[in-house]
Amino acid sequence: MKIDHHPDESTLMSYAAGSLPEPLSAVVAAHIELCPDCAHEVRAMERIGATLFEVLAPASVGLTAGQAFAGAAPSLAATAAYVDTRPTASVLTRLLGGELADVHWKRLGFGIWHYPIKLSPNSKGDLRLIKVAPGQVMPDHGHGGSELTLILSGSYSDEFGTYRSGDLSDLGDDVEHQPVSDPVEGCVCLIASERKARFKDVLARIVQPLTGL
Amino acid sequence: MAHLLQRVAQSRDTQAFAELFENFAPRIKAYMIRQGADPTTAEELAQETLMMVWRKAGLYSDTKGSATTWIFTIARNLRIDRLRREVPWQALPEGRDEQPSDDTAPDEAVSERQRRQRVHEVLETLPEDQHEVVVLSYIEGLSHSEIAERLELPLGTVKSRMRLAYQKIRESVEDLR
Repeated sequence: MKIDHHPDESTLMSYAAGSLPEPLSAVVAAHIELCPDCAHEVRAMERIGATLFEVLAPASVGLTAGQAFAGAAPSLAATAAYVDTRPTASVLTRLLGGELADVHWKRLGFGIWHYPIKLSPNSKGDLRLIKVAPGQVMPDHGHGGSELTLILSGSYSDEFGTYRSGDLSDLGDDVEHQPVSDPVEGCVCLIASERKARFKDVLARIVQPLTGL
Repeated sequence: MAHLLQRVAQSRDTQAFAELFENFAPRIKAYMIRQGADPTTAEELAQETLMMVWRKAGLYSDTKGSATTWIFTIARNLRIDRLRREVPWQALPEGRDEQPSDDTAPDEAVSERQRRQRVHEVLETLPEDQHEVVVLSYIEGLSHSEIAERLELPLGTVKSRMRLAYQKIRESVEDLR
């Protein structure tokens, strides 16, 4: 798979640091699975975390290794080192709890369907699948806060180029764009937004002109 | 540290594990406190991290990075899990590195040590404004928006400082090749 569009380096760093908000982190994880270059960058970025971690002033710990064993599952100390060679399910399958082909799409408006993905209770933001019919022109819209879009199938084009399967669009604040979906295949993508309300605004603005409300 | 992990993996050496525990538990606890955990939770998470190290030691390979980096990613993922309450896919970044790999090239561990030393040196010499955002992101666990809010800066400024810091680190590490 040839991937032309990647997350911003600052986005990958935040991911490596473990501080990227959950919905954005999910989209980056799904991209990295497809993109060896970004996976490599993330490993280099984890090295920064480890370096900072190593020079932290240690906190005093009351417990010893022996006590930790005693407090853990009874037979833990005797277990063999764990080696899991099973293939793991893809990030998307884990997110959806099933396959993309089995998603129950909800119709949003003319030519647009969506499927919201549940986040953990303490999480902020919004994560959802969006499916756009072929050749659909979306109204101009801006973004507030960070928004990440990963193309899962089909493609779309906007002012910044054409985004195909595996590509990730990392749009910062105040970027306006007008995407048009692939004339034959349409587009299925995974979209994360840092802010819930704002994302709904965007959806409303996409749907509003189409439904004439 | 890598040799201790290998002893744990290959011969379930509890003495080697005790050394790892003494070395890492206080740092993991400090990390968890900086991430916002109270001291009791931080100690629990440090213990959980090291138990995970014991269980998963067989998956560690020093071609994938240093022992410290590996243990850092385990601690980071546990903190994310705890914060978000068991969302299974969040274990991903570490999961990628968990596949057993081929035998280590003999000089790999050495060059990894050199890379980490370089990262350390560059971090020390970063301009204060770049160093600050990197620490807030990695150690305090703040998102870019939270950093922007905390420092009263535009989001774009936070991101560009992060990028500048990384570019310097990458250049310096690439020189080693």
